[in-house]
Amino acid sequence: MEKSLIEIFNLVAILAFVILPFLKTKGRGILALTVITIQVIISSVLASSVFSNGIVDYNYPGSFVTGIIPIRIDYLSAWFMILISFTFLTGAWYGMQYMKQYINQGDNITLHIVAFILVFTTLIDICTVQNGLVILIIWEVMALSSFVVIIFEHSKRETLKAGINFLIQSHICILLLTLGFMWAKVKTGSFDFEAITTYTSAQPAMTGMGIFLIFFLGFAIKAGFVPFHTWLPLAHPAAPSHISGIMSGVIIKIGIYGMLRMLLLIRTDMIGIGYFLVTISVITGVYGVMLAIVQHNLKKLLAYHSIENIGIIGIGIGLGCLGLGYGNQLLVVCGFGGALLHTLNHSLFKSLLFYTAGNVYQTVHTMDLEAMGGLLKKIPHSGYLFLIGSLAICGLPPFNGFISEFFIYNGLINGLLSNQYLLILFILFTILGLVLIGGLAMICFTKAFGIVFLGTPREKKHHHTLPESALRIVPLYFIVIAILVIGLFPVLLNPMLQKIIQLYQPIVGYQTNIQIDGLLGTLTLVGWYSLVFILLMALFYMIRHLVTSRRSCEEDTTWGCGYVGEADKAQYSASSFIRTYRKLAEPVLDIHQDRTDPHGLYPVKISLVTHPYDKAEKWLIDKPLHLIKRLLNSFRFLQNGNIQAYILYGFIFVGSAILLPILIDRIVLLIQYFNQL
Amino acid sequence: MISFLLIILASLFFMGLVVRTKSIASGRKGPGVFQPMKDIIRLWKKGSVYSKTTSFIFQIAPTAYFTSVIMAILMIPHGNNPGLISFDGDFVFFAYVLTFGKFLMIISALDTGSSFEGMGASREALFSMLVEPAFFILMGSFALLTGHTSFHSIFSMLHYGSNISYMLGVLASIVFVLIAMIENSRMPVDDPKTHLELTMIHEVMILDNSGFDLGLIMFTTHLKFAMYGAMISNFFIGMLPLEISIPLFFVIQAGFAITVGLIESFMARFRMGHNPQFIFILTSVSLLIFFGVLLVLGKFM
Repeated sequence: MEKSLIEIFNLVAILAFVILPFLKTKGRGILALTVITIQVIISSVLASSVFSNGIVDYNYPGSFVTGIIPIRIDYLSAWFMILISFTFLTGAWYGMQYMKQYINQGDNITLHIVAFILVFTTLIDICTVQNGLVILIIWEVMALSSFVVIIFEHSKRETLKAGINFLIQSHICILLLTLGFMWAKVKTGSFDFEAITTYTSAQPAMTGMGIFLIFFLGFAIKAGFVPFHTWLPLAHPAAPSHISGIMSGVIIKIGIYGMLRMLLLIRTDMIGIGYFLVTISVITGVYGVMLAIVQHNLKKLLAYHSIENIGIIGIGIGLGCLGLGYGNQLLVVCGFGGALLHTLNHSLFKSLLFYTAGNVYQTVHTMDLEAMGGLLKKIPHSGYLFLIGSLAICGLPPFNGFISEFFIYNGLINGLLSNQYLLILFILFTILGLVLIGGLAMICFTKAFGIVFLGTPREKKHHHTLPESALRIVPLYFIVIAILVIGLFPVLLNPMLQKIIQLYQPIVGYQTNIQIDGLLGTLTLVGWYSLVFILLMALFYMIRHLVTSRRSCEEDTTWGCGYVGEADKAQYSASSFIRTYRKLAEPVLDIHQDRTDPHGLYPVKISLVTHPYDKAEKWLIDKPLHLIKRLLNSFRFLQNGNIQAYILYGFIFVGSAILLPILIDRIVLLIQYFNQL
Repeated sequence: MISFLLIILASLFFMGLVVRTKSIASGRKGPGVFQPMKDIIRLWKKGSVYSKTTSFIFQIAPTAYFTSVIMAILMIPHGNNPGLISFDGDFVFFAYVLTFGKFLMIISALDTGSSFEGMGASREALFSMLVEPAFFILMGSFALLTGHTSFHSIFSMLHYGSNISYMLGVLASIVFVLIAMIENSRMPVDDPKTHLELTMIHEVMILDNSGFDLGLIMFTTHLKFAMYGAMISNFFIGMLPLEISIPLFFVIQAGFAITVGLIESFMARFRMGHNPQFIFILTSVSLLIFFGVLLVLGKFM
């Protein structure tokens, strides 16, 4: 049955492309929604059947180029299929409403719809197919269609620039993946993923390390590990909001999927990989959030936060690897469990945040924090939804972010109790990193929520605002329900997580079993205590309400130190909120300021504009690029526009291609001749 | 349960002792020990004024702040008696629940749209971020020392063997006193009695709160102090029986309150810009404790 389900899944998409031309724009939108919904149902059924009935494994014969094409859906794939499906479901329903205002751009929307369905289909297919060549082709289709969905507003120069940046970086990612799969193919003669296992287990650990590193670099670009993160902060603001949510929620997660998959396949020295992953992830997490704080573009801020969360996920994966290497099963469970759970959690609250940011954009038509304020009164639902998303992303109880961070903290604390001196020191600094990430995230989201939704508008402009229609809100409430369910009843996900972790290391030993049961029991307790926390808060609020309802209650203006005029402009702004932090973090950041100072006796207009830039991007991308450009510029004379010259180049190339081997042969012969003398 | 009741009791007179110490140090007679509590009760009876700019967040924030501290207090053990909530890794939950309350207080300050309150909010966010690593490293070191990961088992297993471990206990108490001072925005970091909004942290955040909410916030501050006092007392109670540990608890709380009063009487407030440096000291002291623990356990290779 599973086989036919996968086929139907792909056929539905193809069928949609056939029907699409015969419909009007509105019909196309409805068709897309139906198709995505059907596909989501199919893939969820598939994933849940995997969890209940076991792994799906069958082969297609393939051609002589690809070899056998194995389709394997194990628990890891199923987990990612669920997560991708849910985000796409909410994304499609939300996106439908979001796109309504572009309804007059019919062709553009059609292209968007086609690419959207393609992205979803290919993402699910990547989780199922286990043949190197086929997966590269699917990956390419995924990259191209993501490019198309990102550049929906391609009339804007910025959008196109970000899109091309994304396209180039995706292809560097594909290049690295191609190298990795080719390595395995050349050595084993098969594109099957299992060949990687057989190859690396027969080789010394260094080979496995090399092959992992190549795959890691490829997937790290997709996932956005520092310093391969530079496409994220550009692409997210450029894309329409539902796409940003999906991109941050699941497209970058496919990089995490790839990494987890490779860790299952490659047999090598896990300790080395663990230390490497933890180091790079702590850097990613801290650097991501440090830059997020100074951003004044809401979507860019959220994009940098995705980098931070990828860091947290990476810390989990690294801990899991360390556990595998040192044979500490509790660490394996906490590490991989935390990483998997945080992947799901992040896809939930990040998509929620991006969708609400979309609602903000459609209300004020800007993403500049400094121009916003008081939006909670205009779009209350979006405001409170954003608040829940922010609390969840800061990892605060009773929301789901806390559960996954608690998982990872538990692993870290248990790792502290080990006997390896190096591990203890490493874990100490990881804890430091994770705590800093948490604290900085709080600064960032108090700023984001406080400046956007609270206070009064900082710029008075009369916008044509859309009412907060129910359809734009309802999909978001579904995400909130998921967030709360995971936050309060994490026990529901335990069986699934345990099955996935068993793939990495079968849990053996009575003692460990008790420990792991204890850990999961603790998580259940945390859920219950979070519930107690909510109920307690409700109780106290009731008491407060009962007491204060009998007292007098007045309304007045905000206390202004005696000043009673309009104080909208005097409110604390985003830049002033983070000023002390900025001064503290100055050495790491690269902030360019444009200011005009006051002069003379009378009031004049003064201004201060800050442009935060990314130091990693400056030194690792811009500078080398500049140097390469300079180097290549000196060869510009070759491109002189003369057709004769180009023909000459062709001749030179063909000639040297033929003559060089012969020439080298002769030289070798000559050397041999001299040697014989 | 017992620790919960003890902390509530201690919170009733804690701030009074601080105020009394300060008055005696400055040569005044000063109000009675229960005066601050009486002030709070009077506030609870008053009506309130709300700013037109504010929303529901401003209404719920004080309650959420209060609940978060109550929730945290429920986790604190009393020597051998666990708190009502106790599980492995509960100190992570403790820290994050407190952060939840702080998060809401910060956004409620921004909710007023005031030009002053954002200032306090920004400082509160930054300073509490800087304090957190110290707390986690400290708890991590004690987890390492005892081999356990919950407040209760850590504190009940804590026994001082060598001279170095006594040093660690003293250092840890110092760190906790300082954490309490920073978290409650007291003297070396912030002066609640100053009347210039530009130099305040916590007091400036609650400029617009009045009546019941203001009383609640002030009471929460007292609770927080008593909570940290209880934490410090746990370093010394260990496995002692209740008839000794309860008086010891109050002695330590009183000692803590008097220390706070003395610090406030004889120290000047730092310049705001120097506060981060001061808070970084905490992290380095707790790192020192961590390496001390490694030394005690002989885990250095």
